[in-house]
Amino acid sequence: MTAVAQAGRSTRGRAAHRSLKRTRRGKSLSLTVIMLVMFAYAVLPLFWLLANASKTSGDLFSTFGLWFGGEFNLFANIDQTLSYNNGIFLRWFGNTVLYSVVGAGGAALLATVGGYALAKYDFPGRKLLFAMVLGGISIPGTALAVPTYLLFSQVGIVDTPWAVLIPALCSPFGLYLMRVYAADAVPDSILESARIDGAGELRIFRTIALRLLAPGFVTVLLFSLVATWNNYFLPLIVLNTPDWFPLTVGLNQWNAQANSGTSGAGDATYSLILTGSLLSIVPLIIAFLVLQRFWQSGLATGSVKQ
Amino acid sequence: MTAPAARGGLARPFLRLRLAGYAFFLPFFVVFLVVVVAPLAYAIYLSFFQTRMIGGTVFAGLANYTRVIGDALFGAGLLRVALFLAVQVPIMLLIALGCALAIDSGRLRWPSLFRISIFMPYAVPAVVAALMWGYMYGDQFGLVGQLSDALGVTAPDLLSRSWMLTSIGNMVTWEYVGYNMIILYAALRAVPEELYEAAEMDGAGAIRIAWSIKLPALRPALLVATIFSIIGSFQLFNEPNILQTLAPAVITTSYTPNMYAYNLAFNGQQINYSAAVAVVLGLVTVVVAYVVQIITARRENAL
Repeated sequence: MTAVAQAGRSTRGRAAHRSLKRTRRGKSLSLTVIMLVMFAYAVLPLFWLLANASKTSGDLFSTFGLWFGGEFNLFANIDQTLSYNNGIFLRWFGNTVLYSVVGAGGAALLATVGGYALAKYDFPGRKLLFAMVLGGISIPGTALAVPTYLLFSQVGIVDTPWAVLIPALCSPFGLYLMRVYAADAVPDSILESARIDGAGELRIFRTIALRLLAPGFVTVLLFSLVATWNNYFLPLIVLNTPDWFPLTVGLNQWNAQANSGTSGAGDATYSLILTGSLLSIVPLIIAFLVLQRFWQSGLATGSVKQ
Repeated sequence: MTAPAARGGLARPFLRLRLAGYAFFLPFFVVFLVVVVAPLAYAIYLSFFQTRMIGGTVFAGLANYTRVIGDALFGAGLLRVALFLAVQVPIMLLIALGCALAIDSGRLRWPSLFRISIFMPYAVPAVVAALMWGYMYGDQFGLVGQLSDALGVTAPDLLSRSWMLTSIGNMVTWEYVGYNMIILYAALRAVPEELYEAAEMDGAGAIRIAWSIKLPALRPALLVATIFSIIGSFQLFNEPNILQTLAPAVITTSYTPNMYAYNLAFNGQQINYSAAVAVVLGLVTVVVAYVVQIITARRENAL
């Protein structure tokens, strides 16, 4: 993965001034039309989900997919989804929040501290350790899932939240990003003068570095959040008790029920799945919209700065 | 990356600083060892054993590996994801590249609307994306069928054997095109404005600027995007695994190598063989990613 490292290392902050760029050129209608097609491709499936989650079971099968049914049934569907099977959906939702917040928060913190260490401290073995982590990026989580299950079952934490939380804490890509980010964001001179003033290393990190690293931290946090929120393979393997399922595994269990069960029971379940799917994507979409300033600038300075 | 002497201008090695460096790195490293290194080592270890009817678990040398190499199911799955990689990844990256160039061009109306909306599917879990598209493809309340009925044409069965890989490709493209677009767009934003001004002064048109300035500037970001897409393709699991419920006859338990490894371990109880499959799959992924990188580096040197 040397090229990845190279991609990160060269030039520093030069995206600085380009806000007023090239507005003097005219807008292109054909370009806008082409991009409207892409817009439709990206958004129409989400609209389809909203429209169909708002239908009664009857309308779902009898009315056109890209528009709402005869009656607007979204809130009744939400009600039904939340109360179905003693409110198991809320339990799954809570589990997903727990896994994502604790996992992504921990992952972002560990990556920030570790990346800062690699960027700002010179210790023997530093390069080797960084190379190991880069290697870790190229090993995808799914390849490790089965052996992780076997290891965890020997330690006896399979089918507990720990089996999902511990793997979520590790983000090699986050560490890489933070190492690149910290190299530029924390000037050596500030660290030096703090040391001359007699500040301890931990204090320097807490009071000075952490503040400078905040935008990078938010980027890693957000992307770890998505990774954990959307994780399916690992929880599918390590969890058996529905009470510990995250949303993804739970929704697919409903899907399996809907398709295997006798047709009468299945039809009502589809409404639950559609409404549940809709509910499960709302928090992340809101998070991305609210935090867009952070993740866009973080990505620009981090992984792809060239 | 190195230059320790310049880093803070330290003349003498500070033991205290070294210790602080280790201490800061340690928490991440412990988790890394537990979550990445240990399972990897364990998988390799397991792959050298076999459980036999008589004699229990015994050391088997490379027997599992020779079996993987001769395994037609594994080979078919690997070929399938390789085909997927060869077709889906270029299409997705080209669309992402086009979108990034369009948004960066300054000639587009509402650029931030497009940037956010095309990225949005990335926030949708693969499970939800697969369920959604699966239903749209399907025959119960499927959108594809409704549209073709309305237009009076016969749509192909997108969940049939001959269309399945295309259907999955469409899902994956929908999920990740925006993510790749954002990565490429971020790289474009890092191109210094003076370069464009100089090019314009020299009379270069929009196409010429895109070709001579923007594409070279995008190369590292494109490489990163390509490598992540290669890894993703070889590890294909979520989408086919979800669609299996909707099309059990088409998506077999060995449809992709990753599904094969999963089903061997959890439905076939062949844990050792499953570990060997996972290791070989990992090796193939790393080798392909590495070769792509070498080819790119060589082409860069040639220029």
